[in-house]
Amino acid sequence: MTETQSSSPPSAACVLDGPTGPYGSRLLYGWLRTGSPADLDEHLDRYGPPPLPRTARRPTAGPLVRAVEEAGLTGRGGAAFPTGRKLRTVAETPGPAVVIANGMESEPVSRKDKILLSLAPHLVLDGASLAAAAVGAEAVHLCLPRTRAGLVRHLAGAVDERRLRGIDRVPIHVHGLPHRYVSSEATSLVRWVNGGDARPASTPPRPFEQGVGGLPTLVDNVETLAHLALIARYGADWFRTAGRPGAPGTTLVTLAGAVRAPGVYETPMGTPIGELVDRAEGPSEEIGALLLGGFFGSWVPAETAMGLSFAKNDLAAVGAGPGAGVIAALPRRACGLAETARVLAYLAAHSARQCGPCTMGLPTVAEDFAAVARGDADTRLLDRLAGRIGLLSGRGACRHPDGASRLAATALRVFADDLRQHIRRGPCAAASRKPVLSVPDPAAADAQGWR
Amino acid sequence: MSDAQTASGVHTLLIDRIACDGHGACAELLPELIGLDEWGYPIVRSTDVPGELLDHARRAVAECPVLALRVEQKHR
Ligand SMILES: Cc1cc2nc3c(=O)[nH]c(=O)nc-3n(C[C@H](O)[C@H](O)[C@H](O)COP(=O)(O)O)c2cc1C
Ligand code: SF4
Ligand code: SF4
Repeated sequence: MTETQSSSPPSAACVLDGPTGPYGSRLLYGWLRTGSPADLDEHLDRYGPPPLPRTARRPTAGPLVRAVEEAGLTGRGGAAFPTGRKLRTVAETPGPAVVIANGMESEPVSRKDKILLSLAPHLVLDGASLAAAAVGAEAVHLCLPRTRAGLVRHLAGAVDERRLRGIDRVPIHVHGLPHRYVSSEATSLVRWVNGGDARPASTPPRPFEQGVGGLPTLVDNVETLAHLALIARYGADWFRTAGRPGAPGTTLVTLAGAVRAPGVYETPMGTPIGELVDRAEGPSEEIGALLLGGFFGSWVPAETAMGLSFAKNDLAAVGAGPGAGVIAALPRRACGLAETARVLAYLAAHSARQCGPCTMGLPTVAEDFAAVARGDADTRLLDRLAGRIGLLSGRGACRHPDGASRLAATALRVFADDLRQHIRRGPCAAASRKPVLSVPDPAAADAQGWR
Repeated sequence: MSDAQTASGVHTLLIDRIACDGHGACAELLPELIGLDEWGYPIVRSTDVPGELLDHARRAVAECPVLALRVEQKHR
């Protein structure tokens, strides 16, 4: 568990406080309390079995849907969409449905879903089971990256144990899928479970209209489902005791880059980013900018970012979003243009190459950006680049190009001074230094295949 | 024509980006709403189809060789 916070779990001095553990933790309660992953016995001791409804669902939204709406839970998979609204839509569609738990975590900087699934697998599985009951689903599909073989085994074992004890009402299938940036998009998962490629599909129909086996399908991130499992037990009011009225509950964040203790932390929604950096034991050197959300996120100057609350509305005010809960700190000495060029090359390699504007646009934007990073760009190239970046958004079947566009556009804005330097005097010394963000080798993408 | 007038502003132009292979026929038939990028893929200037362009839009839909283009009546 080297990837979670390095501080050792607190000892007996810590007082049990209902569903809230040390440091206001909820999802990571067990880990912070015991220092080991929660097995089924421990999970049942702490929470009891999931409060599944007694009666079969009618095509109406039941108490759990209302509780999730009142709690104000939003999706933790990237778009921060209200979870209750999605639940209600599927619940109110007559006939059987399907639930997909998205544990793919394709965002390379993020580790939160892996940590959550490792440390509290039964909280996620409870959430999936409860969501299935709430929407009248016949089956749950838990989608995991097959590159994390140990995790797939861990979860398959947890599901088997639950089956022996008769905990879940519907079967939970654990799958290992190709691990690529867009193989985790909701329609990719549906296509894969239906026997096809894990590549995005054109919409409509959206998964909630017609998904697995043609049935209405609820796709939720695994962290979202874990929160739902606690809301089902302790209610909306309890959920709202953490965070702020407009940004309730806790959330998992991955802190990376120039912080002393990088890792996954659970924090109330709306915590100032400066405070989060402090929880990671502060900057390891002077920070120039932060990447918020992930590779499909936004660069924000450190001066602006440190005072910002990590919540959808606050971040939206500076053109950013919580995304996958990633906060990556870039040292001032590093070259943000070179870092961005590497990420764009990665995103281009991860296009599913189905839509023209993404297939053609992403590699050209990545190449133009690489030229900028090398100091080979003139104003003519910059104009062309700006035009191409502007043409990525909203022109793919999925939002992959939109993310790349946001990253590139914010980089040009935030690193504008560096950009002038690169054009006037060629690349800075930092551009040839060891990179800060760890970006997987773009060439590895195709080795995964799509099936 | 009265059909187009009553329906004015409630029609939306949609492109299936996976199906579209950049023939560009749509841009020729509906230049008011559709342009092309440097590779010949459509740039939709506005997804709202005004009543007076509805006939042209429907023609473009019919001419798209891969059925990637659609005009839909907006709900609500
Ligand atoms: C390119 C791309 C990659 C995505 N990757 C993930 C992912 O790894 N995990 C995830 O939960 N959601 C991912 N999403 C979002 C999903 O499509 C979907 O919205 C999400 O799983 C819904 O769950 P939520 O409402 O709980 O956030 C991705 C979206 C896009 C466009
Ligand atoms: S936008 Fe790109 S990644 Fe998304 S479906 Fe189209 S080609 Fe694939
Ligand atoms: S006519 Fe059809 S295939 Fe050709 S560019 Fe337009 S939408 Fe795409």
